[in-house]
Amino acid sequence: MIRVQKQDFDLGEELSRLTEGNQAIGGLCSFVGLVRDIAEDEEISAMTLEHYPGMTEKALADIEAQALDRWPLDATLIIHRYGRLEPGEQIVLVAAASAHREAAFEACHFLIDWLKTKAPFWKLEETPEGGKWVDARDSDDSAAARWEDQSASNPDDQDAAE
Amino acid sequence: MKILYFAWVREKTGVSAEDISVPETVNSVSGLVDWLKTRNGGYAEAFADHNVVRVAVNQEYVTIDHAVSDDDEVAFFPPVTGG
Repeated sequence: MIRVQKQDFDLGEELSRLTEGNQAIGGLCSFVGLVRDIAEDEEISAMTLEHYPGMTEKALADIEAQALDRWPLDATLIIHRYGRLEPGEQIVLVAAASAHREAAFEACHFLIDWLKTKAPFWKLEETPEGGKWVDARDSDDSAAARWEDQSASNPDDQDAAE
Repeated sequence: MKILYFAWVREKTGVSAEDISVPETVNSVSGLVDWLKTRNGGYAEAFADHNVVRVAVNQEYVTIDHAVSDDDEVAFFPPVTGG
């Protein structure tokens, strides 16, 4: 499931709802991104997330579909916020649930890495010197690229290791 | 053609969305960029280094040589920074 929204989310509620009624799930992995109060030694008082309504939803649905295709998952969730957010606020939640932990961990990691380089969001930081658009980072590109050359781990190998 | 601009590309062009008729000779993204650059200084500045600007046609990422037509929705924006 994907959601693009202005309002905050409750992590506990979202995760409970995600696994509710499916007792085949043995592992649930989640990642929450937060607004920091400092970036490259500069104080950030807030950031505004802009996005491309329509394409954002399509891009996130595509990212989710790729995760479901690569790993044996029972449930996935992506929530991304937009608008003005202050330090400490939640920006994004990705979660993946599976029978086994490896698929849940890997899919969760994939979802956030892939999202950072594919989903059409832009961050404008409020600094003492004024508004500053955040540049894309090479480290985000290489984090995403690593999933390009790697197929999902084989669930059979995973069972054998346990 | 519907054209959208986001983030600093929007700030430089001064518009977030516009419906425009482009000359018949404009049939690719690169042709569109060249034509937009002639409209005014803001556009010229936004596309000064077109390698930095990303483009989507009908909400799918494309490269600069991709075809465009009158019915398309074309969006220009900086590299994305979500998450």
